[in-house]
Amino acid sequence: MQEKPKVVIRRGSRPTVAEKTFAFGRADVRAEGPLREYRERAWELFERLPMPSLEDEAWRRTDLRPMPADTFRLPSAEAYLDLAPVPEALLRPLVAERHAAQIVLLPGGVRVEADEALSKQGVIFTDLQTAEARYPELVQRIAGQVVRPEEGKFAAMAAALAQSGVLLYVPKGVRLEQPLHSVLWGPGNGLAYFSHILVLVDEGAEVTYVHEAASPTENADSLHVGLVEILLEQNAHLRFVELQSWGQHVWNFSHERVRVGRDASVDWIFGAVGSRLTKNFSELDLVGEGATGRMSGFYFTNDHQHLDHDTQQNHLAPHTTSDLLFKGALKGKSRSVWQGMIYVAPGAQKTDGYQANRNLVLSDEARADSIPGLEICADDVRCTHGATVGKLEEEPLFYLRSRGIPRPEAEKLLVEGFFDPIMQRIPFEGVRERFQKAIEEKLASEN
Amino acid sequence: MDQLEIRNLHVSVNDREILKGVNLTVRKGEIHAIMGPNGTGKSTLAYTLMGHPAYTVTEGEVIFKGQNILELEPDERSRLGIFLAFQYPVAIPGVTVANFLRSAVNARRRAVDPQDKGIPIPEFRKMLLEKMKLLKMDPSFAGRYLNDGFSGGEKKRAEILQMAVLQPEIAILDETDSGLDIDALRIVADGVNALMGPNLGVLVITHYQRLLNYIKPHFVHVMLDGRIVESGGPELALALEEHGYSWLREEVQEA
Repeated sequence: MQEKPKVVIRRGSRPTVAEKTFAFGRADVRAEGPLREYRERAWELFERLPMPSLEDEAWRRTDLRPMPADTFRLPSAEAYLDLAPVPEALLRPLVAERHAAQIVLLPGGVRVEADEALSKQGVIFTDLQTAEARYPELVQRIAGQVVRPEEGKFAAMAAALAQSGVLLYVPKGVRLEQPLHSVLWGPGNGLAYFSHILVLVDEGAEVTYVHEAASPTENADSLHVGLVEILLEQNAHLRFVELQSWGQHVWNFSHERVRVGRDASVDWIFGAVGSRLTKNFSELDLVGEGATGRMSGFYFTNDHQHLDHDTQQNHLAPHTTSDLLFKGALKGKSRSVWQGMIYVAPGAQKTDGYQANRNLVLSDEARADSIPGLEICADDVRCTHGATVGKLEEEPLFYLRSRGIPRPEAEKLLVEGFFDPIMQRIPFEGVRERFQKAIEEKLASEN
Repeated sequence: MDQLEIRNLHVSVNDREILKGVNLTVRKGEIHAIMGPNGTGKSTLAYTLMGHPAYTVTEGEVIFKGQNILELEPDERSRLGIFLAFQYPVAIPGVTVANFLRSAVNARRRAVDPQDKGIPIPEFRKMLLEKMKLLKMDPSFAGRYLNDGFSGGEKKRAEILQMAVLQPEIAILDETDSGLDIDALRIVADGVNALMGPNLGVLVITHYQRLLNYIKPHFVHVMLDGRIVESGGPELALALEEHGYSWLREEVQEA
């Protein structure tokens, strides 16, 4: 009888965890205001939690070893005065003729413009530091309640160090027609940005909120770590558009969760075209009966970009519905990872969950990983998923070219056609135009 | 020169020679039919004329407007005035018929003037609606995704609509196997008859004589084993209907 071969696994001498550590200290934690204790606890967690490594399941495909963690530093007060100014195009309303309010988060500063009518309705839309001073109870009601600092090194880091952020509160029954808009503008070399977005939409209220993070591409690596915590009370409705066009020198991490109450709904739209590397945890917690959530993601990577979206649709109550579609195209040597999970808790009957991720790989050196997942602990549910990675095919290209359309344009048409199902889910023309422009720019880029 | 001239065309697919010296001239205002049993190279001829990358020309040339079009990219051939109606049109999900046709029209305009801003949308809409009316098509067709979920007949209609919009000078209709569907044949025939005129030369490829009841060719050619072995008038098609291809095969073998 043949002997079984002995399997020897040799680990290379190269460590799977980054060797460089962050250079921030306890003194960087803002030890004041209503979040003092929360931040101090988060800081301790941050110090205690190890840097994620390739051996952690969620980080298996996202390598942090090249990140120069020790070089990042916080921007000083009023740093924005010496840095690239925020482009006008980012300040224009995306989803309507005009917005009711706009917050621009700048390195070492903030600009808030709000319509007076807003405060008359009891709506609060302001930057984090102002919110801590003026609405401490509200801030405490949300911060750390939706995303816990324990969830990861970066969750703890942003919780402890967030210098800037937004508080949005929409009181009971208030339905805002005009959208709210915030921009996190993060220019500069070697800088670290920590942001914290807090949203509470009260019973029966309704709002559209657009948050955008952006920067030019600079020379030295920079960092952004963010938290997004959103609470939707009974019968509240939120349309949340989140756009990310960080420069390709930015290491971008975020933990985001929307908790959706009874008969409440969120329509959550993601657009990601920037950053050197992104690891984003986005979760939907459907906690009330009849809660629904839709997540629509658009991404397009090129050059050496690496985008990793980790999504979770948690059905924690009966009669809840979730519907996720993420579509991405990849060029150059870029890479994308989508890892999705639908979780149905025991007793969450009559759940309807859907997730699909489609990728279009436009170069031989680009790579997309698509990993759907289902964990179902109830028996009367409907859950479906799909994941595909494809290339541009020669037959459709030939067909289009045979009608006089040159190859680059034919490719563009096919890419646009690929993204069309995402465009169909976006009710805002301005956002669709932005994505359209991103498609054109990415296709025209050399790498 | 208002003609498409195929001279001694040899074409291989995966190193196997399919066309073994085809000679044929199609003038504008003429309708030519190429008939022949399956597997004799009729579709290869159609795809080669349009420039499909899977077909390798090993010898010969195809002259149109003083150029050997075999040296041109498929899109350049199209803009020069060549059109291929596909036997099996390709579905393009997410791209509407209107959007696609506007891109095709604009590509033509930009080839003439790189600075061209594209056809104004109202003008394009008006033109498209006129063509659809001419072909008795429902305007809602323009908003559907190209060939995506189309029935066989709808696909044929879409091909003819493209032909009407792009106004080619030489149209090749590859209908090799679709003789099975009489409605589809009629759609193609009605379309061609509506568009036919002194500025259009048509090459119809079929293996069913039936199509020629609807499109009246001026010339009929028979292809066997990669060559045109017999040419004649419409009466040749009738002879084939009556006697099949075997008598021709025997003649070719004897010669």
